Amino acid sequence: MRSVIDILDLSVSELDTLIATAEDIIAHPADYAEKCHGKKLATLFFEPSTRTRMSFEAAMYELGGNVLSMTDAASSSASKGESVADTAKVISCYADIIAMRHPKEGAALVAANNASIPVINAGDGGHCHPTQTLADLLTIWREKKRFSRLTVGLCGDLKFGRTVHSLINALSRYEDMRFVLISPTELKLPSYVKEESLKAKNIPYRQTTSLEEAMPELDVLYMTRVQKERFFNEEDYLRLKDSYILDPAKMTLGRDDLIVMHPLPRVNEISVAVDKDPRACYFKQVLNGKYMRMALILKLLEEAAS
Amino acid sequence: MNIDSIRTGIVIDHITAGRAMRLYDLLDLSSLDVSVAIIQNAVSHKMGRKDIIKIDADIPVNFDVIGYVDPTATVNIIRDGTVVDKRVIGMPEILRNVIRCKNPRCITSTEQELDHVFRLSDRKHEIYRCIYCETKAN
Repeated sequence: MRSVIDILDLSVSELDTLIATAEDIIAHPADYAEKCHGKKLATLFFEPSTRTRMSFEAAMYELGGNVLSMTDAASSSASKGESVADTAKVISCYADIIAMRHPKEGAALVAANNASIPVINAGDGGHCHPTQTLADLLTIWREKKRFSRLTVGLCGDLKFGRTVHSLINALSRYEDMRFVLISPTELKLPSYVKEESLKAKNIPYRQTTSLEEAMPELDVLYMTRVQKERFFNEEDYLRLKDSYILDPAKMTLGRDDLIVMHPLPRVNEISVAVDKDPRACYFKQVLNGKYMRMALILKLLEEAAS
Repeated sequence: MNIDSIRTGIVIDHITAGRAMRLYDLLDLSSLDVSVAIIQNAVSHKMGRKDIIKIDADIPVNFDVIGYVDPTATVNIIRDGTVVDKRVIGMPEILRNVIRCKNPRCITSTEQELDHVFRLSDRKHEIYRCIYCETKAN
């Protein structure tokens, strides 16, 4: 059974097809309103999430399907000690497809290995979040119309930021990309991501601690939040949380055709005043995420049926 | 001590000097009810120094463990005083329940009955990563 745990589970041509489907959904929403009639999506969220869960649920409703929702691990069998494997087997009896978020890395893979229906990883700890990357890719595509000749700046928590790792993995499969990695020393991109995604493919990148210095060269600026839940030590979190704040003054350093992205939620790393700037694309990203989740749900259900 | 001294058993030869004890531990040889000899820092024409493990019984051995600890080690199967099989194991693609993931955020840290599985992610640098969380084995 086909599941999507990591963005690399999807080939470049499959990504192209998903983007084309999403564009078609945007252009002709009525054509998709009944595509999943009679199908059920189970959203299993073992840790709090508002936007990702609601995005999946909105996606399924807009495809004409239904949703079975588990929003709180405390009220589920997980609180009684049920394993992820057993939960996946049980939910397979009720639903046609699962979207799952879990605080432990690899939980979605365990679910996929045990479910008899497709599993979409909606975030497994600090590891992978492939549908956020799908949202990011559609946003870049719609704003830039290309996945080449782009300098992409990634700023903030590059160590624990799962969206950053997934986006680098996805974009590094395209030609003529360049990355600027902007972070405090303690939150630098892990060496294995650099080794396996960038160095192995000879993709140019540079690391800097200065957002101001990087701004003029960027086509895309991807901001991230320093996530409290990824730290074991609150002292470290408090010390690093305000490392980079994008404000209108820094935006003046960027190009006219820069796009600013953020996986959301933001805390204070992008000043609210930046929202009015036409280069701010993070709310478009949210909407694009729903369209890409619709495209992915459709694809996996069609594959499961064939 | 030489290979001929074993009538039936297994000799793990050409172990990089210093790795024999790790191999002994991971193969759980201390639990065997047979003679096991560990030779450390033996002189080797090819390697300068090497370690050797001799097991005085033809028992099932997890070759993946040997390939993981030392991909250049050779395994000689001895029967009736003759070497009947000799092989270099090389690095296995998958390691199942040989080593454990130490990442406290990994699903294997809470789901006790899950197999601990590592895949070979970088042959040149001999790096294995947990299939669940991608943490590097050490």
